[in-house]
Amino acid sequence: MSEMQQEPELSDIPEAVPEPKKRFSLQLVWLIPIVAAIIGGTLAVKTYLQKGPTITITFKTGDGLEAGKTKIKYKDVEVGLVKDVTIAKDITHVIATAELKKEVTPYLVEDTKFWVVRPRISGGSVTGLATLMGGSYIGVDVGTSKQPQRAFTGLEAAPAVAMDVPGSRFQLHSADLGSLDIGSPLYFRRIQVGQVVSYELDKDGNGVTFKVFVAAPYDKYVRANSRFWNASGVDLTLDANGLKLDTQSLMSILIGGIAFQTLDEGGDAAPTSSNTAFTLFATRDEAMKNRDTISQSFAMIFNETVRGLSQGAPVDFRGVTVGEVSGIHVEHDTRTKEINILVDMRFYPERLRSRAVGAVPDPKEYRAILNEMVAHGLRAQLKSGNMLTGQLIVALDFFPNAPKANVNWATNPPRFPTTPGSLVELQATLMQIAKKLEKLPLDEVVGDVRQTVQTLDATLKDADRMIRKVDKDIMPEMRMTMEEARKTLGAAKQTLSADAPLQQDLRETLRELARTAQSLRVLTDYLERHPEALIRGKQEDKP
Amino acid sequence: MRDTPVTAAARGLLSCHVCGLLSRRGHNGRTLHCPRCSAPLHFRKPNSVAHSWAFLIAAYILYIPANVLPIMETSSLFGAQADTIMSGIIFLWHSGSWDLALVVFIASIMVPLLKLIALTLLLISVHSRSTWQPLQRAKLYRVVELVGRWSMLDIYVVAILAALVQIGALATVNAGPGALAFGAVVVLTMFSSMEFDPRLIWDPLQKERIDHE
Repeated sequence: MSEMQQEPELSDIPEAVPEPKKRFSLQLVWLIPIVAAIIGGTLAVKTYLQKGPTITITFKTGDGLEAGKTKIKYKDVEVGLVKDVTIAKDITHVIATAELKKEVTPYLVEDTKFWVVRPRISGGSVTGLATLMGGSYIGVDVGTSKQPQRAFTGLEAAPAVAMDVPGSRFQLHSADLGSLDIGSPLYFRRIQVGQVVSYELDKDGNGVTFKVFVAAPYDKYVRANSRFWNASGVDLTLDANGLKLDTQSLMSILIGGIAFQTLDEGGDAAPTSSNTAFTLFATRDEAMKNRDTISQSFAMIFNETVRGLSQGAPVDFRGVTVGEVSGIHVEHDTRTKEINILVDMRFYPERLRSRAVGAVPDPKEYRAILNEMVAHGLRAQLKSGNMLTGQLIVALDFFPNAPKANVNWATNPPRFPTTPGSLVELQATLMQIAKKLEKLPLDEVVGDVRQTVQTLDATLKDADRMIRKVDKDIMPEMRMTMEEARKTLGAAKQTLSADAPLQQDLRETLRELARTAQSLRVLTDYLERHPEALIRGKQEDKP
Repeated sequence: MRDTPVTAAARGLLSCHVCGLLSRRGHNGRTLHCPRCSAPLHFRKPNSVAHSWAFLIAAYILYIPANVLPIMETSSLFGAQADTIMSGIIFLWHSGSWDLALVVFIASIMVPLLKLIALTLLLISVHSRSTWQPLQRAKLYRVVELVGRWSMLDIYVVAILAALVQIGALATVNAGPGALAFGAVVVLTMFSSMEFDPRLIWDPLQKERIDHE
């Protein structure tokens, strides 16, 4: 229908107006994908360029680690993000895979350390409180090594001292941990100059090795002859000078600490290099006193009892301690079929200081000196150290009359000659006393005593007889007298009792007397009022 | 019906988009103008396929940063966090709201992608003058046109949050670079589908070649 109508109108439709063709027609629309490509390309390139290295860190536990959330921070600046947390194949630890920023690539070296920052209260300080709110993060301490690394083992706790703090590290050996902990302060002249970085049990289990950090510039005061001691708590000393209280600071009383000081004598030793090992003494006195760096062990054979001698007992020379007993053993000599008591001693030759000019003589020289001394009669002897407790000590002294002997350097440890101790001498004296006692005329004394006893016996018998006589003759009479007395007393009692006739008579008499007195009183009264009655007689009462 | 359906273009007729005047095409094939209102006239949208392709390619390129870069940056007391679309979906899924995750996934990842694929399909088919399922393709085009604006959902959410949540140190929400890219993808696909002339789907059905300038 419409088509039929349209058909004839076709010619009426006006013709469109043509326009001269534009010579220049740039398809501007193609700029859009080009711009998009440029933007996309830049983003891609930027992302690629910014993409930092991926590292793995192993931790003992995944506590606080969250894939895609836990950040890695260096000096509290974000440098990376944990992308994945998985359990290692042997399920003993956790592996965190982290992507770091490109800038930190050169710092990913062998001794770079990672640890999970958690809230921590120790060493008198509170750290990581922010992690309570914002969740934990991984801390980084950049190492100094040049060896790049991508797989790290995470620390359980933050290192006490960051790598970039200038200073030196030293090792301290101690018998036990005491009250020290990581972060415990280190004092030099009561100024805190460092802290305990780590501690670990020695491999043989015989002690504890501390690693301490002394910050620059104080580390130059640590010298070869510096002494470290445990300055924890309070050191209370009571001696001839009175009461002495020694502490470092309130902090060290509470949390423990280490102090060090350089010995005055021996001049200024050169500052030591890092990682030098020192001994950590228990107290300051011990640290400053014990200066023995050389010790020589000796074995001594005693043929007497060593009851009362203990390990650590002093070895003294005329009252000056020059060593200590390090061991007591019983030795069976298979050749001589003898049982000997072997006492080991640790001898500090430095304590026998020579007055000769010059520094410490070498061990060989000591040998020669010691040999000479032994030739002059130097012997070891057991002596009573304390009369009350019976403790023994080993005393060195010269016995010029002692039989010749020398130090047997061939055995290990060398044998030091001994001489019988004072106890043995005492024993001999006691024996002599016993012998003297034996010689006393005991028999005669006993005879005399017996005679005396016999005489005494006779005397006692006489006394006995006398007593018996008294018993037999005097006692019956006594009894009779007593009976008589009792009778008399009974009669008296009868007379005096309340219902006795005497008593009744007496009472009646008394009553009569009372009545008489009454009449008398009436009479006197009457007479008082009517004195004339005496003359006129009693008047009748008028009605 | 007929072998050659009658279309305006087949008859050499043009309709003015502005004043609706129907005019005949002359024989000096140039850019034509309406004889009444002098608006430009053309049988089909000029360079429709090329323009459509341009927008589509740009959209394809930007689709990658839109999904890789963070769309929203949240910083609160508990630390800063940058979320991409996918990480948001994963978070929703893990936190138990799988239904929400599904909605976001469909609206923000699947729909834009399907739109891109649909437009690509339409353009390729038109380019090769395919006569395959023209009706289905026309329907597909209408769906693409319809869905277009709804893909801006994510952008709205981010824009509203960024405007509302600005509580200083407590919490701050900022749009990330991904949001820009994502918005660009949506707009570019809308342009692409707008540039596309659905009449081109039907043109290959005409026996004679139409010179559409």
